[in-house]
Amino acid sequence: MYKTKDGEEIFIIDGHVHLWDATPANQRNKHGEEFINCFYGYHTALSPKEELWTRAKFEKYGAETMYEDLFVKGYDDMAIFQPTYLKDFYKNGFNTLEQNASLGVRYPDRFIINGAFDPRDGEAGIAQLEEDVEKYKLKGVKLYTAEWKGDSKGYKLSDDHAKRFLEHAEKLGIKNIHVHKGPTILPLNRDAFDVADIDDAATSFPNLNFIVEHCGLPRLDDFCWIAVQEPNVYGGLAVALPFIHSRPGYFAHIISELLFWLGEDRLLFGSDYGIWTPKWLVDQFMAFELPEDVRKETGVNLTLQAKKKILGLNAAKLYNIDIEAMKARHSAKQSVAAE
Amino acid sequence: MSATTIAASADRVSEVLARLATVNDPELDESVVELDFITDVTVDGDGAVSLSFRLPTYWCAANFAFIMAEDMRNAVAALPWVTRVSVTLGEHMYAETINRGMAETQSFQTAFGTEADGNLAQVRRTFLVKAFQRRQVALGDHLLAAGHTPEGLATVTIGALRSCTNTAEGQILVQRYLDRRCVVGEAGDEAPAFVDEHGAGVSPEAFRAHLRALRRVAVNVEFNGALCRGLLAARFNEPRDDDEPTLLDFIRAVPAEKRAAC
Repeated sequence: MYKTKDGEEIFIIDGHVHLWDATPANQRNKHGEEFINCFYGYHTALSPKEELWTRAKFEKYGAETMYEDLFVKGYDDMAIFQPTYLKDFYKNGFNTLEQNASLGVRYPDRFIINGAFDPRDGEAGIAQLEEDVEKYKLKGVKLYTAEWKGDSKGYKLSDDHAKRFLEHAEKLGIKNIHVHKGPTILPLNRDAFDVADIDDAATSFPNLNFIVEHCGLPRLDDFCWIAVQEPNVYGGLAVALPFIHSRPGYFAHIISELLFWLGEDRLLFGSDYGIWTPKWLVDQFMAFELPEDVRKETGVNLTLQAKKKILGLNAAKLYNIDIEAMKARHSAKQSVAAE
Repeated sequence: MSATTIAASADRVSEVLARLATVNDPELDESVVELDFITDVTVDGDGAVSLSFRLPTYWCAANFAFIMAEDMRNAVAALPWVTRVSVTLGEHMYAETINRGMAETQSFQTAFGTEADGNLAQVRRTFLVKAFQRRQVALGDHLLAAGHTPEGLATVTIGALRSCTNTAEGQILVQRYLDRRCVVGEAGDEAPAFVDEHGAGVSPEAFRAHLRALRRVAVNVEFNGALCRGLLAARFNEPRDDDEPTLLDFIRAVPAEKRAAC
């Protein structure tokens, strides 16, 4: 819970967290080593100095540290686990549903556990999805279209097999499709950050919500254009938000464009934990104001109401969370713990 | 490479670096030298040049890596005394393929086979247009801040553009913009300076909205630019335990006007 200077409570849903194991023992190959190196690069490039972790901690921080960083030191009230399997890079996977659930099921009032599927898994993938939905009551999945699988270096949401999975997911009651748009999508000669397949999927599945993680950056222009036309497309702020520390002027441009094109109802906070921690991100976001020139140019403002929506209200709507009921449950638990 | 060897072939190395400074990362629209991508340049007595480069991550897009390698090879080969150029990319998921492609002068399609379905003409073109747009918004913002009006800028010709500014920064922005103005169409002195991506002029009423749309392109590029720099530093700037100058110190010592010549 974040409290403003005036004592107003802001309920925080962290839309994007992971519990990963990237230790050398779990790395399958060079790609696994370079994958975590790249994440560590993001961490060191954009974190405030006093928030930097050692490489060893970054490789595997563990469940207790995570709980502490999100809910004790951090302001998160709830957090959404987004799995990233990467089984071609990591022996037991990087950040699987099971890994996340090992912590998530212990704190059902704190965590929303999202699943994943890979259309290239065919029938076995459909069966696994059914089993996962049954076991964890999944309301959302995270898709990583750039994930390698054997000879394949990625897929598109507009592919027929992807549509078949989306159709099935919808039947099983999944509402929210988080899509990570990352590079290295075949064919290699094309622009590796293409977000056009979101457009196709969002049109074909109007009852699903598509949350594009990292707002389609670095193709914000294409993403905004798609989002304007597709009311079921949302932007996840993970990776965009940390610029608020080292490049606040630049962050102002990003957020103002997003507010202009998508509006304050379609943006979701996410720390991308453990790349960054929610404490400093929320502190800085709450303190942030759009500079006068940006406000004038775009005609938008980042009001307290907009911040509240981005930090929690929007995610609560997507995941059907009754905030007042949840607050009551949290405080009941805390008073039990204090006795 | 040791400091002594660098000094011995300094003149030719610096000619090579000046050529490399004309090669841009297609996405970031900045020189590979400024971006600190070049890690080694050697020149032997026969005029054979070997150069090595690196990228911020192991995952950087293979197409951009290939474009840069090709552009570097061609830029250096244009020096009259150069007999051979070898280009080596280090620590990249496709290093082997790209290095073989360079050694055997293969096209992108040949080098990557089934992983590609064509060559790089389209992606090159796309990013030249983005560079044009980004340079235009930088220049437009600069001139508006200096007191020019949208009405004035919408009608100014290429021939008259240079006299719109008398500051050093303004002149650099004008030059950088004009270097890319031809990407979108005819660029004679009489043509309008500020045009859209199809080469059509922009009306005075639409001028500010036009620039604002271009700013989104710039926001993207900066996103990658800022991340790339951070990632490059995180990947390669491990603390060193000696103070011997490296090639990068040497590159930074090349005067800016020489580095930026294009």
